[in-house]
Amino acid sequence: MIRFDHVSKLHKGASRSALEDVCVDIERGEFVFLVGASGSGKSTFLRLLLREERPTAGTVWVAGKDLNKLTNWKVPALRRQIGCVFQDFRLLPNRTVAGNVAFALEVIGTPRDEIKEVVPNVLELVGLTGKEDSYPNEISGGEQQRVAIARAFVNRPSILIADEPTGNLDPETSIGIMKLLDRINKIGTTVVMATHDVAIVDQMRKRVIEIDTGHVVRDQSRGVYGMGA
Amino acid sequence: MRFSYLVKEVSTGLRRNLTLSLAVIITVAVSLSLFGSALLINAQVNKMKDYWFDRVEVSIFLCGSISDSPNCIDGAISEEEKGQIRSDLQGMTDIVDTVFYESKEQALLRFKEQFKNSPIADTASAEQMPESFRVKLIDPTKFAVIEGAFGLRPGIEQVVDQRQTLQKLFDALGGLQKLAQAIAGVMILVTILLISNTMRVAAYNRRRETGIMRLVGASNFTIQLPFLLEAAVAAAIGSAVAVGALVASKIFLIDQTLAKTFTFTTFIGWEAIYSVIPIMLGAGVGLAVLAAGTTLRKYLKV
Repeated sequence: MIRFDHVSKLHKGASRSALEDVCVDIERGEFVFLVGASGSGKSTFLRLLLREERPTAGTVWVAGKDLNKLTNWKVPALRRQIGCVFQDFRLLPNRTVAGNVAFALEVIGTPRDEIKEVVPNVLELVGLTGKEDSYPNEISGGEQQRVAIARAFVNRPSILIADEPTGNLDPETSIGIMKLLDRINKIGTTVVMATHDVAIVDQMRKRVIEIDTGHVVRDQSRGVYGMGA
Repeated sequence: MRFSYLVKEVSTGLRRNLTLSLAVIITVAVSLSLFGSALLINAQVNKMKDYWFDRVEVSIFLCGSISDSPNCIDGAISEEEKGQIRSDLQGMTDIVDTVFYESKEQALLRFKEQFKNSPIADTASAEQMPESFRVKLIDPTKFAVIEGAFGLRPGIEQVVDQRQTLQKLFDALGGLQKLAQAIAGVMILVTILLISNTMRVAAYNRRRETGIMRLVGASNFTIQLPFLLEAAVAAAIGSAVAVGALVASKIFLIDQTLAKTFTFTTFIGWEAIYSVIPIMLGAGVGLAVLAAGTTLRKYLKV
């Protein structure tokens, strides 16, 4: 599903590479934690996946496509296959819960009838039935992240990228979010989650890829956060 | 849905940036008014050229009893010389179109008509007026031939090409035309810069929405369209104001003031206005969309 083939990325003006000679293979339906300190290269990894950046060397493959060869106007089609969730939720404050989810479909030209049908379904999946007409500032952080996940997943992407999705949430709420991501993964979605949250990684026992100063230093199935723990 | 979404986006965009939208509308209105005026001044000058160059004559002034030019030391022209000049002129059929003799009395009438508002008209007498032949040439540029043939003849005070006098006038008008064009050009440049800056602000204001749109895979076209339409709507309103201003100046300035005061020349008609309107609208909206598109390409990258 995702393949990094000797990928290096040197940002303009930076003295050292954000990623160096990274080789990673992620199968369809896998759940992968991406761990490492701030500045280790996790974000660059995710940005390369979304083709927000291009590698300086090597090839990134996503869903069978060589991103180096992808023309600009085909990038939107790639991103429709990838859902994205962030630490800061990134909801639109002037739209309701349902409105935020619907927005993702409206802007890719989904017919209104389909939106009406799909949005309640996905809100049910993330456990927000009854909150459709609330605004983001009226609901809790955990609920806001559920809205964000619903928005990322409403288009049924084959890959879900989560960049520190529990970074702003308390441990209990985080567990709820992880259960939700796990459920989405079980439906068959490939999930790549960058995180600092030791407890969550240790508890989930999923594949762990650790990046340190741009190098993959560990790739372990059913891993934990710290090396050798 | 797509349409209602667009209408909503564009109207909230324009309202959110009300001051900047107004600035764009006013700048577009002013610069297009100047642009349209420059085009109309062009049309007016061309019209005047057609009108006047069609009427220019070569004047052959004849010596009278009071002429003090060195060409007239022999005194007033004789009837014989006059007849000779007339028949010579009429013989030059390849370059002379018509010949008209203007007597002192006719010259006085014309003088009085031209200066009817001035006290000088009351004191003028026929004796002070020169007799002349008014010659209309088939090709108005062939003045030198006439001057060569008659310039040094006894009894002729002076051969004058009205075209040269007119040319000076049109040279001056040409300078004004260029000035108007330059001002219009500068204003259009200002408009482009303002629109480009407005789009930058608009893109910044909506970076949250556009960021999400990018992530969920909206096409560039979908992301940029509301911005482009916003620029186009503002420019269209500005262009409409400019067109209104031009129509108003045609009615109030040209038809009701200038045309009544300066009866000796013609002014541009409505057909000139009609031909300028689509150019203005097209230029206004086209420029806005082009300026906006170029800016957005930079600020709303994939």
